[in-house]
Amino acid sequence: MIDIKNPYLPELATVLQVVEETPNIKSFQVVFNDPEKMKGFAFQPGQVGQLSVFGAGESTFVINSPPTRMEYLQFSVMKAGEVTAAIHNLYPGDQVGIRAPLGNWFPYEEMKGRNILFIGGGIGLAPLRTLILFMLDNRSDYKDITIIYGARTPPDLCYKDELKEWEERSDVNLILTVDNEYPGWIKRTGFVPTVLKEVAPSPDDTVAITCGPPIMIKFVLEGLAQLKFKDEDIITTLEKRMKCGIGLCGRCNIGSKYVCKDGPVFSLAQLKEMPDEV
Amino acid sequence: MPDTGYLPKGKIKDFIKELAKDAIVYAPVLEGETVVFGPFSEEQELCLERPANTPPKSVIYPQSETLFTFEHKKDPEDHQKMSVELKAGIDAPGTVIFGARPCDAKGFIIYDRVFINTDTPDPYYMKRRENTLIVTLSCTAPFSGCFCVAVGGSPASKEGADAMLTELPDGYLIEPVTEKGKAILNKPMIEDGSSRLKDAQQVQQKAHEAVKNPFAKGRPEISPELFDADSFWEQALSKCVSCGACTYLCPTCYCFNITDEQTFGKGERIRSWDACMFFHFTLEASTHNPRPTKFQRFKNRVGHKFVYYPEKYDGAIACCGCGRCIRYCPVSVDISEIVNDLGGGGQKQQTAGSAKND
Repeated sequence: MIDIKNPYLPELATVLQVVEETPNIKSFQVVFNDPEKMKGFAFQPGQVGQLSVFGAGESTFVINSPPTRMEYLQFSVMKAGEVTAAIHNLYPGDQVGIRAPLGNWFPYEEMKGRNILFIGGGIGLAPLRTLILFMLDNRSDYKDITIIYGARTPPDLCYKDELKEWEERSDVNLILTVDNEYPGWIKRTGFVPTVLKEVAPSPDDTVAITCGPPIMIKFVLEGLAQLKFKDEDIITTLEKRMKCGIGLCGRCNIGSKYVCKDGPVFSLAQLKEMPDEV
Repeated sequence: MPDTGYLPKGKIKDFIKELAKDAIVYAPVLEGETVVFGPFSEEQELCLERPANTPPKSVIYPQSETLFTFEHKKDPEDHQKMSVELKAGIDAPGTVIFGARPCDAKGFIIYDRVFINTDTPDPYYMKRRENTLIVTLSCTAPFSGCFCVAVGGSPASKEGADAMLTELPDGYLIEPVTEKGKAILNKPMIEDGSSRLKDAQQVQQKAHEAVKNPFAKGRPEISPELFDADSFWEQALSKCVSCGACTYLCPTCYCFNITDEQTFGKGERIRSWDACMFFHFTLEASTHNPRPTKFQRFKNRVGHKFVYYPEKYDGAIACCGCGRCIRYCPVSVDISEIVNDLGGGGQKQQTAGSAKND
């Protein structure tokens, strides 16, 4: 038989650093144990990886560090189930497995020369972060960059240091919101879709990229349609329960499309062609 | 060497033993009243009179298999430092599937597109598939629920087989399909089959005509409007109990789960069959579930076989019409009836000759 690569066998990696983003979200910066593998590793913004804790299992996360910064690969993990609980118990030096890159990516080439609108909620900023940092590292390729980001409460906002940095940059327009009033919070309050309506960004020559909980995405998509964004200018990246990551195991499909392989990035135009099973 | 062979009925066990000299032979054997594909041995009772209750899919795609093992190791110098060792091996000895029906063999053709003809082929499936010889037995008559002819198959289709047997009064005609299959004609108990080919073809033709075609239009055609109507599924599936038997008995279902099992310091990553009929299959840790109802789940199952898979693979249907899901459904859900209704079929049509088998 032809010697084919075993797609189920993870590459061993070591946790370099753990960052506590929110009370239930941690970021894990990891490097492959094999320095050659680390040097040769290439991926595109938006692609995902399967992160293994041997004995607990595997889960899918976007590689949220950008390909322009390859000192490590970062995964942000919200503690929600068994595997994510095991990941949250990791410390620097611990061994993990990685199968990556998997899936498709943001069409960043086609976004060049256009205005970019990011709309994120909660942990949904993770996949956007990849592209935001990638674009900031190639800032001259893009026109205005607007980021609308919200979380339940101020402590639930991810990447607080970067938010501060983006807020201070003159070439980024960052709009933060939390669901309700909160002691010490002087910025906007309200759900992300509501804030989107208030801000009412122009659809002219603009691509919108959104990610967040399914319910937020649903209302953001409606909001963007009301703002007259074209379906093909609305991009989202989907989350599903995944196992194999290579379009076989059958659980992440939406019709004939597999989110792990044909996605996770889809335009609204593409989603409208698919069954309503997001 | 003649093109066909003949195996007298009295020598069938000897023939299987001959095949077993250099391979593990899985044949339909009786386990109580159930016919299953098991490794053949002298003590077992072969059952070729009816299709096996379970398809032979587990021979190439086991219900549960180890993808790799892992072991956590302490650094002898520094006990705080742990490393992990991974070992992957694929156990794929020479194997023969004997006595599978043509629909069962077609199941593997349907799997091949998914597991092999992709840019990330599955080495476990691929290696077992390569090391397995499939000798089918054509059906002389349909069984309840059979509808292979309606999905492009036939009780005597050679698709997916390396060689096919056809039952005659005193023996079996053997028609090789592949080079691998041709080699079995060299076995000592095999006689020249040429003079019996015509008789066998008559048996095959008769069997083909006897199979029901449940689809009013002959082939499954699905109206997108009905397919997307919630009310259709709610009505068609009200009795479904989401037990998943249909998927486990299906020669074309292949959904799986991957889980870790470990004891002290070491363990295995295991792949096992799963089913899209289960609520937990798509349940996310956030408690969001994209297919929370049995209606949506069954729609996905029918959709996968008759809409999504054909979309991906040039119109090929991911159903071989074996009828097991119909025969063994505890509440008599009939996928052929559902698909016929989805085509706006209404009254069932039957091919000439089917009346004899009702």
